[in-house]
Amino acid sequence: MAMQFYASPEQVQRDRSEYARKGIARGRSAVVLTYEGGILLVAENITTLRKISEIYDKIGFAAVGRYNEFENLRRAGIRMADLNGYSYDRRDVTGRGLANAYTQTLGAIFSETQKPYEVEVCVAQVGASPDADELYRITYDGSVMDEPGFMAMGGQAEAISNVLRERHDMSATLTAALALAAQALGSVGGENGAPRKLEAKQLEVAVLDRRRKGRAFRRIAGAALTTLLAGEKDVPEEKLGDVDAAPPSPGEAKPTVSAASVNLEGAGAAEDPEAPRDGVDGDGS
Amino acid sequence: MAPGFDPSGRLPDIFTNAGTSSFTQFLTHAAPELLPGRRPLPPGLSVDVAPHGTTIVAMATAEGVVMAGDRRATMGNLIASRDIEKVHPADAYSLIGIAGTAGIGIELMRLFQVELEHYEKIEGIMLSLDGKANRLAGMVRGNLGAAMQGLAVVPLFAGFDLAPSDPARVGRIFSFDVAGGLYEETGFDAIGSGSVFAKSALKKRYRPGVSTPDAIRLAVEALYDAADDDTATGGPDLTRKIYPVVMTATAQGTHRLAEEEINAVAEQVVAGRMENPGG
Repeated sequence: MAMQFYASPEQVQRDRSEYARKGIARGRSAVVLTYEGGILLVAENITTLRKISEIYDKIGFAAVGRYNEFENLRRAGIRMADLNGYSYDRRDVTGRGLANAYTQTLGAIFSETQKPYEVEVCVAQVGASPDADELYRITYDGSVMDEPGFMAMGGQAEAISNVLRERHDMSATLTAALALAAQALGSVGGENGAPRKLEAKQLEVAVLDRRRKGRAFRRIAGAALTTLLAGEKDVPEEKLGDVDAAPPSPGEAKPTVSAASVNLEGAGAAEDPEAPRDGVDGDGS
Repeated sequence: MAPGFDPSGRLPDIFTNAGTSSFTQFLTHAAPELLPGRRPLPPGLSVDVAPHGTTIVAMATAEGVVMAGDRRATMGNLIASRDIEKVHPADAYSLIGIAGTAGIGIELMRLFQVELEHYEKIEGIMLSLDGKANRLAGMVRGNLGAAMQGLAVVPLFAGFDLAPSDPARVGRIFSFDVAGGLYEETGFDAIGSGSVFAKSALKKRYRPGVSTPDAIRLAVEALYDAADDDTATGGPDLTRKIYPVVMTATAQGTHRLAEEEINAVAEQVVAGRMENPGG
């Protein structure tokens, strides 16, 4: 065995942090923010691989960093959520429980393994009103933070956060919120600091719609996304882009013993569930 | 809970490794006690210890499928429940109904719903209709041990095929046997103790390409005929306003007929039978 030089624990941890931070800063960014109709998740993503995903009825997931690592975490989160929802009830699965599990997992990985995960994860839970929305940021070392209604992750997250902080409005419409997100993401990464105008094919967009009963997660892609980015408020059904696995909005009368139980929070009880509120539709039922 | 939880509180490897997109297979590692077929049963028959449910009918229509189930659960000669719901949406485009031991059947249905949703979330795309049917057959197979001891469950699965190989057949019906055999049916099928009578009724009245409203009427008639000859199947209860559960699966998704709609159909059926009891 070769002679090992002593490295203090602080040094080791510091090195690991540096490593993880650098890894995350190299990648593209993502933002999550609340708006009047729910929570909007936008990631700069030019591939067909996904950074944003549904975890459960009211819970969404977004991550930046190394793909295989956050993909593992995403699967673990879905498994844990489905296991809890199945053993107890769908209403017993919370964003906080998931955030706790991620904290412990990432913390253990950071301290106990050779290489920390270079990921930053956001767990978003939509509530009946913007005040009830919860956003959690879990970093590479397992630290968890409760975010106040908007957050940015990835390379140059600080700069993006500043843009969001100035103009975030939790009562904004989807169009306005999406415009803000695209602008915030585009404000960094340009040549000589010039802002970039991001197009639909450079973005991965999803919402957690607070008025939907049962599963709230929907992706917005294709023609629907292009139209929304262009600033139109309403996208008629015929113009919706090609989205994978596009099940329709759930019907009003749902039997009580079923996967998509009625949302008893009472949100949107007066809403007509058949008319998509923001005029867009997507997968995730 | 599951073995392998280590002291740092970290989620066990079974959660984080690439593994499988199947929730049922995940459960066999993480929490096998939650699977219906896995519990050790005392030897001997367990037939009359749990309620049994009966008669589900399904039909392929021009727009998709219709599935209807009666509301009775029996335990020997007693009525265990008057309003049990045996037909549920499995996901946004398919329906599942169960006959046999009610408790295990409902558990199987719940597990199947989670299985389909789980796959969709992990993979990002819905399973094909054939894939769903196959998965359900596997789950029925897993219950074979309990079935041999009298706690048998047999489902009926029907759905709207989003990618049909034959555009004329968008509504497809699958039946199963306790050993997990999977059979695709053409036109219509029924399961449960009253299925023989329901199928005889449908044999005479069903036409391929039937419209959805006609199919709904036919389904309620068939269930009425089954209730007429089988004590374990319940007919429409006009006094308590308990009617069969009728659901459809079409391009717009699954839909359960509202109380008023099914009320109207059931009353018409009963009125017709007043004049002609044989229907």
